[in-house]
Amino acid sequence: MFQLTGEGLIELNVNGETRKALVRPADTLLFALRERLGLTGAKPGCENGDCGACTVLVDGWPIKSCLMLAVEAVGREIQTVEGLNGAPIQKAFVDKFAFQCGYCTSGFIMNCQGLINIHPDASDEVMQEWLQSNICRCTSYQEITEAIKSVLITENT
Amino acid sequence: MIPLNFEYYRPETLADTVDIFDKLDAEGKQPMYYGGGTEIISMGRMSNLTTGALIDLKEIADCKVLEYQQEQLVIGSSVTLTQIHETNLFPLLSQAGARIADHTIQNKITLGGNLCGTIIYKETVLPLLLSDSQVFIAGPGGQRTVPINSVFKERMQLGKGEFVAQIKVDKKYVSCPYVHVKQTKQDKITYPLVSICTMAVSGGIRAAFSGVCGFPFRSIAMEEELNDRSRSMEQRIDKAIDLTPGPILADLEGSMEYRKFIIKGLLNSIINQLEE
Ligand SMILES: Cc1cc2nc3c(=O)[nH]c(=O)nc-3n(C[C@H](O)[C@H](O)[C@H](O)COP(=O)(O)OP(=O)(O)OC[C@H]3O[C@@H](n4cnc5c(N)ncnc54)[C@H](O)[C@@H]3O)c2cc1C
Ligand code: FES
Ligand code: FES
Repeated sequence: MFQLTGEGLIELNVNGETRKALVRPADTLLFALRERLGLTGAKPGCENGDCGACTVLVDGWPIKSCLMLAVEAVGREIQTVEGLNGAPIQKAFVDKFAFQCGYCTSGFIMNCQGLINIHPDASDEVMQEWLQSNICRCTSYQEITEAIKSVLITENT
Repeated sequence: MIPLNFEYYRPETLADTVDIFDKLDAEGKQPMYYGGGTEIISMGRMSNLTTGALIDLKEIADCKVLEYQQEQLVIGSSVTLTQIHETNLFPLLSQAGARIADHTIQNKITLGGNLCGTIIYKETVLPLLLSDSQVFIAGPGGQRTVPINSVFKERMQLGKGEFVAQIKVDKKYVSCPYVHVKQTKQDKITYPLVSICTMAVSGGIRAAFSGVCGFPFRSIAMEEELNDRSRSMEQRIDKAIDLTPGPILADLEGSMEYRKFIIKGLLNSIINQLEE
């Protein structure tokens, strides 16, 4: 049985690499990524599951890393924005000016990447449903929608 | 950041889960079961959690099942709302789950966690009450399978160390005509002002509610009034609303009078759809 009874080293599979992180069982994945692995792409916002700034992919699905324990992620595949390496959705965000301050951007991008992976044929309704998980304080919603749509259209042609 | 320190265990069988619970309990660690963790982490961050150990149920094979076994749909307690929605094996449950929190959080919330949490809404219980589901429970005293309508009274009535392992739904219910409505005060993604699940079974309407009283419920007495076609639609609904099993909520989401007004309108439109 996997267990962690106090502060200890765990192995996390992040962006295709096995990384060791010293965590307490009570540490969130968001904390471990940022403070232990130096992956600061996932942002702390509300830390309450509301804003989506901390979104990463776990086994391909968008997950709010503030609502996941780091220990819980042992044995799962984690992808952060640092692991995208110039994916089409990143270029689309630039082309469509889909950000202003940029604080929400990595969370939005990871959510969009999850949708592109899982439902490349997503309808507008499904796309809206997924995008509602993230909040942009600068209200770049129109441009973000255009960015994801441009990638989904390319995927489907 | 969660200031509290606790231990973390991830068993893979029902027997190991019960054994580790017993051991941790004997050590005075007040162990808690852990599903999606969305409530536990939120409460932990606010220092509203008292536990020395979490037992994660997500790797237990029995709790991961999502399939038909003979004439029953079996849903493991660790199955997420997204898995329920994506497979859509029980459309009413899919819809009710798809209106809980937001899409990303649905990737994390488990059926067991929603049914057993402290939140007063527990919206996934509504379809399970309507479909006379069975609950497979494991614990230190052994295993038992009981009707949800007897074990869910305002909340899941579990003994010390017991946990929900599976929910079983008879196939005949998953294709019954249904209507699900979640009315919120303003935003789409928020707690319900009123959430209603209804199902037409053998010519009668079954109805379960969340956000109406301080707990989710299905009321046979209310259903009898709603199905009394000798009365006018208005009388049927008024009589039913008089029989809610607790006081109608009055809170920031809405006053009691406003909730009653909304319930009346929703029931009117739902009954018309189901009796068409
Ligand atoms: C932003 C947000 C909005 C939300 N809105 C709604 C809403 O409108 N309606 C609604 O119904 N819910 C809503 N929820 C969900 C709800 O508040 C809980 O977060 C969720 O139901 C908990 O599920 P979990 O699997 O994460 O449980 P956990 O956090 O893992 O556990 C919750 C509780 O259940 C116990 N538990 C877990 N699994 C089991 C089991 N199998 N057997 C016995 N006990 C168990 C745990 O010990 C704990 O006490 C919302 C959540 C968030 C974050
Ligand atoms: S920081 Fe995780 S949802 Fe806001
Ligand atoms: S670009 Fe500033 S919060 Fe979205």
